[in-house]
Amino acid sequence: MEKLSPASKIYLVLVFAILYAPILYLIFYSFNSAGNMNEFESFTLEHYAAVFGDSRLIIILINTILVALLSGLLATVIGTFGAIGIVSVKNAKMRSVLLSFNNVLIVSPDVIIGASFLILFTFIGIKLGFTSVLISHIAFSVPIVVLMVLPKLLEMNTSLIDAARDLGATKRDVLMRVILPYISPGIFAGFFMALTYSLDDFAVTFFVTGNGFSTLSVEIYSMARTGITLTINAISGLIFVITVLVVIGYYFVNSRSKQAKVGR
Amino acid sequence: MQTKNSKSALFPYVIWIALFVIAPIALIIYYSLQDLEGKFTLGNYAAFFSTVYLKMTLSSFWYAFLITFFTLLVSYPVAYLLTKTKHKHLWLMLIIIPSWINLLLKTYAFIGIFGLYGPVNAMIEVFGFDPQQILFTDFSFVFVSVYIFIPFMIIPIFNSLDKLNPTLVYAARDLGASSFTTFRRVIFPLTIDGVKSGIQVTFIPALSLFMITRLIAGNRVITLGTAIEQQFLVSQNWGMGSTIAVFLIFIMVLIMLFTGKKSKGGRV
Repeated sequence: MEKLSPASKIYLVLVFAILYAPILYLIFYSFNSAGNMNEFESFTLEHYAAVFGDSRLIIILINTILVALLSGLLATVIGTFGAIGIVSVKNAKMRSVLLSFNNVLIVSPDVIIGASFLILFTFIGIKLGFTSVLISHIAFSVPIVVLMVLPKLLEMNTSLIDAARDLGATKRDVLMRVILPYISPGIFAGFFMALTYSLDDFAVTFFVTGNGFSTLSVEIYSMARTGITLTINAISGLIFVITVLVVIGYYFVNSRSKQAKVGR
Repeated sequence: MQTKNSKSALFPYVIWIALFVIAPIALIIYYSLQDLEGKFTLGNYAAFFSTVYLKMTLSSFWYAFLITFFTLLVSYPVAYLLTKTKHKHLWLMLIIIPSWINLLLKTYAFIGIFGLYGPVNAMIEVFGFDPQQILFTDFSFVFVSVYIFIPFMIIPIFNSLDKLNPTLVYAARDLGASSFTTFRRVIFPLTIDGVKSGIQVTFIPALSLFMITRLIAGNRVITLGTAIEQQFLVSQNWGMGSTIAVFLIFIMVLIMLFTGKKSKGGRV
């Protein structure tokens, strides 16, 4: 392997610095007692206290997590069965039609998804609020789950299923004891992705949320529009720490399962 | 696989497709043909082809092009250098982490950074210049957007570079190609698929960004996304909003066809 030249090292360091600078900048000023992002006065935790003391914010946080968990779970169920269904379609044309439909929501800009769902909910008569947000999040998470589960199903050897059936397994047994355990890494990955998509989404939620319901992204947007409040900085500090923990956890689980596979 | 049982697994999924893929698109088209009173009209389309909207579409394209261009310019070398490092997957992970922080938070950070009393202006003053209005300019809009998209561009390019067989590069070198020629004739063409998917995940969202324009560009930059949001949530003119959305969908399909991989569908 060739060694990196000093110039390329500097370039990489620079890009990394720029990528992290805004995040570190936010966190740094979250401890600022001056209440702005211009001058650092002295260290304080009051903005963190403000986050935990604001019951409205706590409710929004709970809403956000609730929507993410519920939509992740439901999307995982629909998507997993969808993927199993797609694999069972033998007609190649039909299959590619289904897959194209699947990709529509993945490539569509959020604004279009949001606007069209807004029309849809109004058209059907679903009140905007928790329900409409939850349904939208399920809707845009399903194709992601399908894409995560599908490769696992395709790499599965069908003789496993034949063997199970020869040994007298019912259809239910085959599904529960052969197919689902085999594709479970894909299912977990799909659930995890759906969770992150839901937690991260702003644009779609912004369109389909009513007056009384808000998620963290929507709340941050309206706070940011009115100017700088260090409460947002404190929130971003918390989110950053949680994200890093999740990433580390994910990294360990991943490498351990890889090791387990090699070990076998 | 046992067909009957698995076919029934398809049932909720097909309902999902009908409700959330087909119906919304149909409704968008339906609404694009309505005026404010709900009567059938082609007026929205006529309005779209007026100079105001054509100018807006053009400027939206121009910004999306600039954003994609600079994102690619920054990301390709990063992806290339990353594949040369030890622990390259760990480094890639470190590139991905910022993309998991909520987009709005990162955008919000730039309000402070680019602000009149922010660190960038402090630096400008150190060099003896007057503080500049950076926020609410084209520059700040393009910069923040590029910042947001860099990780999404790096990932596909990194993947295709990672798959590149190094012996091809050695062969080119042995045959006397300079490193630039090797890059131009061997490395770049072989990683073009990654570049294409990178462009895809940058260009389409760049056309439809609206929170960055609102927070950073202060309504000075209007993209197709801003216009749709404006029509739907501010003017309450769903017909016109839908018409713009129809065009955005149309453009999206064109880009997909343009940047799509040829082997698509054949693999599954």
